[in-house]
Amino acid sequence: MPDPTPPAIAFEHVTKRFGSGDGAVADVSLAVERGEFLSIVGASGAGKTTLLRLAARLIEPDEGAVRIDGADIRAVDPVALRRTIGIVFQSGALFPHMSVAENIGITPKLAGVKPAEIAARVDRLIALVRLDGVRHGARFPHELSGGERQRVAVARALANTPSIVLMDEPFGALDPLTRDALGEDYVALHRALALTTVMITHDITEALVLSDRIAVMQAGRLAAVGTPTELAASVDPYVAELLGTPRRQIARLAAVLPP
Amino acid sequence: MTPDPRLSEAMQLLPDYLGSHLRVSLTALALGAGLSFPLALAARRRPLARAALLGLASIVQTVPGLALLALFYPLLLVASALAMRLAGLSFSAFGFLPAVLALALYSMLPVLRNTITGLDGIDPQLIEAARGVGMTRRQQLVLVELPLALPVIMAGLRTAAVWVIGTATLSTPIGQESLGNYIFSGLQTQNWVFVLFGCAAAAILALVVDALLALVAQGLARRSRARLVLGVSGCLALIAIVLTPALPHLRGAYVVGAKTFTEQYVLAALLADRITASGLTATTREGLGSSVIFAALKAGDVDVYVDYSGTLWTNTLHHREIPPRAALLDALKNELAASGVTLSGELGFANAYALVMTRKRAAALGVHSIADLARHPELTIAGDYEFFARPEWAALREAYGLSFRAQRQMQPDFMYAAVAVGEVDVIAGYTSDGQIAKYDLVVLDDPKAAIPPYDAVVLLAPKRANDAALRAALAPLYGRLDIAAMRDANLRAAQGDANATPQAVARWLWETVAKGDASK
Repeated sequence: MPDPTPPAIAFEHVTKRFGSGDGAVADVSLAVERGEFLSIVGASGAGKTTLLRLAARLIEPDEGAVRIDGADIRAVDPVALRRTIGIVFQSGALFPHMSVAENIGITPKLAGVKPAEIAARVDRLIALVRLDGVRHGARFPHELSGGERQRVAVARALANTPSIVLMDEPFGALDPLTRDALGEDYVALHRALALTTVMITHDITEALVLSDRIAVMQAGRLAAVGTPTELAASVDPYVAELLGTPRRQIARLAAVLPP
Repeated sequence: MTPDPRLSEAMQLLPDYLGSHLRVSLTALALGAGLSFPLALAARRRPLARAALLGLASIVQTVPGLALLALFYPLLLVASALAMRLAGLSFSAFGFLPAVLALALYSMLPVLRNTITGLDGIDPQLIEAARGVGMTRRQQLVLVELPLALPVIMAGLRTAAVWVIGTATLSTPIGQESLGNYIFSGLQTQNWVFVLFGCAAAAILALVVDALLALVAQGLARRSRARLVLGVSGCLALIAIVLTPALPHLRGAYVVGAKTFTEQYVLAALLADRITASGLTATTREGLGSSVIFAALKAGDVDVYVDYSGTLWTNTLHHREIPPRAALLDALKNELAASGVTLSGELGFANAYALVMTRKRAAALGVHSIADLARHPELTIAGDYEFFARPEWAALREAYGLSFRAQRQMQPDFMYAAVAVGEVDVIAGYTSDGQIAKYDLVVLDDPKAAIPPYDAVVLLAPKRANDAALRAALAPLYGRLDIAAMRDANLRAAQGDANATPQAVARWLWETVAKGDASK
């Protein structure tokens, strides 16, 4: 008997090769459940971004298949598919020639939503991502701080009310305070909007704090996947090495900061 | 102090010249950009097409503007003849069309290169983001790539505009009226007011168009509605000027052609004056290239102009042997008639090429005829821009076994002064030039008759062959202009005197002719 509710995203024996070898993935199978917050961690070049791009059909796999809500995405028009998914790109990738409001409103605009409805939605999103400074909508990306830009990027990803959000190092370039605040705010949104989120990060601590489950990529292969607790118990040497850093940090922090 | 009369004359001509200049420049720019832009979009992802396109455009760019313009004339003549034969279509290969095509080609490189560079320079992350938010290829181009590349593309368009407006001044010799008319006629008649006026007008026009395009670019990039409105309305105003038909009184029924030297400007003014005096209307087209003007006459783009029997015989009809004067004229008449061109009459003087030296130098070297020059290979010679390429020069060298230490090309009006001060020893001057007397120069004999006779003759276009009114208007001139009067006229016109415009000199010449008649 088949599973009555298929996973939101399923990678099935996916292989993607690149000429340089960097970013290739080999025979990865991974299911992201509905409503789950899954982080993908691993060194640069391990294939994290490739998985994300495969899920949005920005590239095609050489072997294997990607399913979204049970349907093979090769059967879906890529443009239509991308409009149903929210993507937060590395370092934001906001369109520099568009105002904040236009950046956020671009996805509903492409979907043919009426201007008045777009304006209302943009206002709600600006409040939702806590960008409620003075006239933020009329400003341009270069006038914003790094944290503000990432908030706009999140708002843009949410503008078409997607159920799936893909994020590539969304908070990577931010200072620790901003990063912490943004992460917390996003998890709250993820819960409130019942999203399925896949987030790429190279920071294992961030992944441990924010995610329901963590997938560890090593040189194109899925080395481990599990809840933070399961990973902590893993005997895989690479996973153990990854978790070594936060363990040492905890020990030092405990010595410096009394509870 | 009253203003220089040349300045007020230049101002009078300005609406006409500026309008024509704008018309040819903007049409060429629109055509060039209209072609380059889609080509750049189509070729940018195809490495081969892209390399070929940019390579071709660069090669075009290395061709000097004057040559590119001149090349389009014969090309279009052939195309026009083919179109006539194949489809019965007729279009003029003269003036506007070749100028527009050559200038459009000239404008393509900056637009092509900047469009491709601008699109190439976009951050690939933004392209990925555009795809990621669900844009189609077309939406990526229109919503992201073109707006981001716009400043670079507009910079290309501005470069193209400045080039085209500057280069359009060189379209005068192929019969397109432009601000270059001031420059060409000014250079020939030593009218520096005209030369400066033409240069300044072209420069100001280029700056204005550049500034308007800059306003449009800034308006788009910075979303400044004020700049955009200002820039666009400025451009629209220029386009409106272009589309306004030229004032009808400036277009005469008969087009009188003139080549690029002083005497031709005076004679064209004289012919136009006679035509107007008989109640017809005439326009002059000045500064036409020697090879362009005859073809233009044959095609009917020029109705009438003055040429020289020897030039036609050797250069146009490519004869090598040179019959005596009367026989040459007869043969010329017949051969021209065979191609539809009418040799309607001789003006009465000859403007021959002649080798000219200062009286002092000739005496010192013992030179009396061209034959004596063969003994002096240490001398230098100067000629106009076409002389050393003409068959007469080859014939001269062959007949007398001439050789010179150096040969230099010069603006004709400067040759006489150059030989007078000893800058060169010998020049290939014109027998009707007043400067021969002015500088006390001597014309060397040509005992072997290597140089053909150059009787000034009036040629009529095929369509004017049976035009009695035109013939009647010009008839009083035939046989009436003697060499002394013509030399005097040429000297006056070349002096750069404010009151010695070609028109004024032509009127003086006519009065002299009429007076001579009255005293007879």
